[in-house]
Amino acid sequence: MPETVTSPLLKSGSDDELRSLEAGLDSLQSDAVERHRIDWSRILLPLAAFIVLLLAWQFYVSLGLRRRDLVPGPLDVLGSLGALWHEGTVQEAVWTSLQRGIIGFTVSIVVGTPIGLLLSQVRLLRRAFGPLISGLQVLPSVAWVPAAIIWFGLTDATVYFVMFMGAIPSIINGLIAGVDQIPPQYRRVGQILGASRWEMALNVVLPAALPGYVGGLKQGWAFSWRSLMAAEIIAMGGSLGFGLGSLLEQGRQLSDMGIVMSAILVILFVGIAVELLVFAPVEKRLLRRRGLLAGSTR
Amino acid sequence: MTQLLTADAVTTTNAGAESARRAPVVVLEHLGKSFGSGAPVLDDINATIRQGEFVALLGASGCGKSTLLNIISGLDGPSTGALEVPEDGAAFMFQDSSLFPWLTARGNVELALKLRGVGRAARKARAVELLDLVNLGHSIDKRPHELSGGMRQRVALARALAQDKPLLLMDEPFAALDAITRDLLHNELERVWKETGRTIIFVTHNVREAVRLGQRVLLLSSKPGRVVAQWEVSEEHRTDAAAAGKLTGDITTRLREEIRRHA
Repeated sequence: MPETVTSPLLKSGSDDELRSLEAGLDSLQSDAVERHRIDWSRILLPLAAFIVLLLAWQFYVSLGLRRRDLVPGPLDVLGSLGALWHEGTVQEAVWTSLQRGIIGFTVSIVVGTPIGLLLSQVRLLRRAFGPLISGLQVLPSVAWVPAAIIWFGLTDATVYFVMFMGAIPSIINGLIAGVDQIPPQYRRVGQILGASRWEMALNVVLPAALPGYVGGLKQGWAFSWRSLMAAEIIAMGGSLGFGLGSLLEQGRQLSDMGIVMSAILVILFVGIAVELLVFAPVEKRLLRRRGLLAGSTR
Repeated sequence: MTQLLTADAVTTTNAGAESARRAPVVVLEHLGKSFGSGAPVLDDINATIRQGEFVALLGASGCGKSTLLNIISGLDGPSTGALEVPEDGAAFMFQDSSLFPWLTARGNVELALKLRGVGRAARKARAVELLDLVNLGHSIDKRPHELSGGMRQRVALARALAQDKPLLLMDEPFAALDAITRDLLHNELERVWKETGRTIIFVTHNVREAVRLGQRVLLLSSKPGRVVAQWEVSEEHRTDAAAAGKLTGDITTRLREEIRRHA
């Protein structure tokens, strides 16, 4: 045997020996199934952070640097929130806004998704409309409020229009970004497996783009919630219902800082609740199933 | 098992005459490929690969092995020359398993069946059957990230078999695996090849692997890629250390000569 060559590969072992060897390797090399338990630090840490901020707020107020009716303390705000709750105003406002938010967001998804898919697949359309969509995403949707009031008056249409202008471009861009980030190898595999254009979109492109798409949805929700609040603050009265933005504006008109702070806090909490109850679980599940969660700080 | 033994016997006694009787699956005639106005990557490639044959395509880096596979699979076209390939394309296995991370092992195999038009009920049973064939019956519901590299390549093999194409192209499928796993997968692939009767073109830059697996080893030169030599490998070369060592040595010497030409 020549010295320069490493020993050749030979056949060895019976089929059964090889099978048990392989089974042994498989169990050595693949990870045991992880068990999922409730991680208390996920609940306790945000709670602790919240309490620290609350204490800091109370401390600042108790220094007495500002008039109490201009800068109310946590307890004052809690008091006026309790009063609003008792009247039923908070419940009404949350319900009205949330309902609008959900309807507006759902319609935005239904409109934005096919447009995003189309733009990501057809180069001509993408080149033509891509910059416009990105521009719309940067344009603050509040800018549409005056126009919407002139077109639709003080009706729900105004609120929805402003929400669509905020959410739809963001959902479209999220989907396009998700599609752009698909490793080219996936399409190649789809091609090898004989996928038609439609099958490729459905079985390869959409699932592969899902994490980016969900990111876009999350941002789309943020945009629609913000736009909704802006629209509700600016447009009041007419046939418009009483939302959280309206509550905030009412507090300003009454110069009642308790109501103003209550409204701001409720708006904030709705945002946190939607993130924690809807988007975080969906995103986490998505990433875990693809093995992308290891090493992240989520 | 009897079938397996006779196949072996034929290979050792009368390999050339036996394979010459079979129908050609891939015929390459004066095939050339260049990208843009650059130097040709492939030049004047001539080869005939017959039904049920296992051919190892050996070459150093940059010899256009992958380009050649892409042309045979129909992902790319030749610049010059002609080729004859199966009408319905070929199954393909890549160096990385290229499994879809959002699907389980079974889901990946099922997708190949689905895109081939297999019905839902038949799909499920067939996927399990194919995963059993590669000894993965215990992990059908695991996702790619939960599998080891070797297991992923076996899922990829099951997926390639699910395509049910007579021709299977393999682009250095075991190059990224550890030695023990690679040895195992050599046995595995050989067994699957004998059980399914596929025609396999296996690209590698590993001489020992080429001798271990191929019935025939084709050596491609680099820049431009050309078939410069070929060897018949008999069963003796897989069981007898001296014979295997001799052949491996010969091929390595020739391969090194080819590489040295570029010094």
